[in-house]
Formats: sequence, structure tokens, C-alpha cells
Amino acid sequence: MSVELSGLRLPLAHFTLEVDATLAGRVTAIFGASGAGKTTLLEIIAGLRAPAAGRVTVGGVPLTDVAARTFVPAERRAVGYVPQEGALFPHLSVRRNLLYGCPAQADAPAGLNLAHVTEVLEIARLEDRVIGTLSGGEKQRVALGRALLASPRLLLLDEPLAGLDAPLRERLLPYLARVRDEFAIPMLYVTHSPDEVMALCDDVLVLDQGRVVRRGPPTALFAATGGPRYELRG
Amino acid sequence: MSAETWQITWFTLGVATLSTLAILPLGVALAWLLARRNWRGKSVVETLVALPLVIPPVATGLILLKLLGRRGLVGGWLERTFGWEIVFTWRGVVVATAVMSFPLLVRTARVAFEGVNPRLEQVARTLGAGPWRVFVTITLPLAARGLVAGAMLAFARALGEFGATIMVAGYIPGQTATLSLSIYHLVQLGHDSEALGLLAISVTLAFGAVWLSEFFLRRRAA
Repeated sequence: MSVELSGLRLPLAHFTLEVDATLAGRVTAIFGASGAGKTTLLEIIAGLRAPAAGRVTVGGVPLTDVAARTFVPAERRAVGYVPQEGALFPHLSVRRNLLYGCPAQADAPAGLNLAHVTEVLEIARLEDRVIGTLSGGEKQRVALGRALLASPRLLLLDEPLAGLDAPLRERLLPYLARVRDEFAIPMLYVTHSPDEVMALCDDVLVLDQGRVVRRGPPTALFAATGGPRYELRG
Repeated sequence: MSAETWQITWFTLGVATLSTLAILPLGVALAWLLARRNWRGKSVVETLVALPLVIPPVATGLILLKLLGRRGLVGGWLERTFGWEIVFTWRGVVVATAVMSFPLLVRTARVAFEGVNPRLEQVARTLGAGPWRVFVTITLPLAARGLVAGAMLAFARALGEFGATIMVAGYIPGQTATLSLSIYHLVQLGHDSEALGLLAISVTLAFGAVWLSEFFLRRRAA
């Protein structure tokens, strides 16, 4: 399934976001420094923000088309979104968080049911816990599980490991790889960590000041720059 | 306590409860609109809602009297349509206390809604929840303590309302006499000791309501 972003434009405080790209990878990294417009781009795809111009098509289905006045609301897009802080609902148990997007488990598609998702993410034992008692890594895995259980056609991950310390990031990367391999849901992965890009992604879009400044597979892209291996600026 | 004191106390509690319940739906809806949406005329509505806090209560009472009287714009219509008389009846007391306590409810509820992280509502939407389900399952439970605190504060304000009530409902024993109206009346007659008895009840009730309001606000902040 491909994500087509054509002629997207949205003026922001310090620059204008302008993106034209077709993303067809299993996991596409949206890479760039803080404030490059990465989160805004995800919000536009998720239907949480409307662009000033342009079109967003996922798997051939137009979700946003400013010219045609098409705007499918976020709740009908089936586009999952995991923000940096996880944004778990603090008043609900882990289980009720997980089932929020899919209350009727009988209707869950094969493979995306509660038992399987919690097994892959190793969170089954947390189901009865209160959100406030979870560690940072547990929270992120629950947030990921909750998004998966809503059976999205596309999953947007906004720096899911950014708030965690290095050893925890190392431990969580394999879970993300398992999600990629197990569920075959295309993912857009916002990050500013080259390690995460190398470990998970097969395509990279480098965003700077709201524009795509580079594009390509991670190996080619990171190897192409001289000097510090991960320096992508310039 | 005498039968009359009981009657005044229960009447005051009943009127305060009724006026708080009456303003709850509109107050909560308006607080949500002020906290979460940008719309034309928002600042005008914000100012109008705050007005009863700052203009003299008797002035608010006079406006209500003119509006709700038999020849008033609203009062005339209510009497023709439903046969309801407002001025100098218990209904007048409810309307006066409701108008006077409305700003306190709206302001507290608005802060409660603003305290809910919008990211949670956005994520709920991406999980397939429409605006109403998001409001009922995410926004409302997370703002609940602040909303209850606001309602308690409005209730406390309604318990002690005097200025607007005396204009709209007057002092009619057994019909419109609340604690505060009765205290004033007894002092006018020189019955200070009886007035002090009602004062003690009034202070106790108000203390309880404000304490509960603070309790819910503290728990929310914790």
C-alpha cells in the first residue's frame, strides 16, 4: 500500500511545509531535526490537521483533497497514530486502553486480536495494571498495541522512543521490528535517530524546514555523506 | 430548630440544587466550547458570562426583573406559553441564583476542560472514536473532578445569593424566603438572635459546599 502526498502545503510559524512524495516502503523514516515539520506532516496524514493545499491518498483512497473539498475525519481514516509520549488514557486500565479502538474483539481480523498483539509486544501480563504504574518502555508498547488493535491500514509512529534512555531504546527496537515483520502494516516512522532508521526502515525521507531535502534507502543515504557518519545536513 | 427555620433551610437548599442542576448542561457545554473551539463572538460571550461577577447583584436583579416581569420580553412569553409566573415566585429565586452562579460554573469547568491533554482526544479519534464518544469516554471523565468542583462552587454561590434574588423574588415568607433574605428581614425587624441562628446555618452550609469544591480541585491537581 502506498501513501501519496501530492502538493501538500501548510504555512507554519517559521516556514511553509511543502511535501510531494509517494511512500511505498514497509517502514518509511521521516527523518530530520526538531522543528523540521515531521509531526505536522503526520498530523496531516492522520486527519488531525488540514493542509492549505494538496492531497493525501492512502492505498488509492483519497483522505484529504483540498481542491476537491475531501476531508475524511480522523476517526474514519483507519490511520493509527502513536505520539511520542504514547498518550495512554490515564483513567482507563491497560486492557481498556488496548481495546479502545476495537471494543468488539469478535470482529478483530485474524492476527490483530488482543491475545496475539499482547503476546508479540509481551504486555499480556500488564492488562490489569493502571497506566500510572507502567514504566516508560511498557507505556510505549501498550500505546503501540492499542494502535495495532484498531486494525489500521497505515501506522504513524512519532518518535516513539525519543523520550526513553539509550538502554531502553535498545530493548524496544526489536519489538518495533517484530511489529513490522508480524503485522505487515505499512509504517511512517518519525525520528531523528539514525540508529533507529538503520534498524527498522527501508526508505528515508529527510525533512528540513518543511521540505524533503533527500530521499533514498538508509544505507545509501547515510553512507553518502562524508565526515560524521550520520550527519545529514548540507 | 423551629419549623420555620427548617422550611427556610430546606427551601434554600432546594433552590440552590435546582438552579445548579438547571445551569449544568448549558454551563458545561459553553465551558467546553470556550476551552476547545475558536468561534466568532467568543470574546463577547466570555465577557457576557463574566458580567454577573462584576456588576452589582441588584443591577443584575433589575435586568432580570425587567426581562421576566409580566410585561417583560421573556416573562410575557413564558406566561402566555406555559402559564409560568416568574417574578415574586420560587421560580424567580431559582432564575436569580442560576444567573448569579453561572459564571462560577463556566469558569471552573473551562479550566477543567483546558487541563485535559488534547493529544489524548486526538489519539482517541485516530482509534475510531467520533467526537461524541471522545467527549464521553475521554474528555468528560478526565475533567470530571473540575466539573464537580465548579458545580459545588455554583451551589455555594446560589446558597448565599441575595441582591438579585430580592429584586426578582422579593421576601415572601414561605414562598421566596431563602436564608439570606430571611437574615436581612430579621435584622431589619431587630430580631438579631434569630438572624444569628440562620447565619450559623448559612455559614455551615457554605463552608461545606466550598470545602467540597476545594476537595475536588485538590484531588484533580494531585
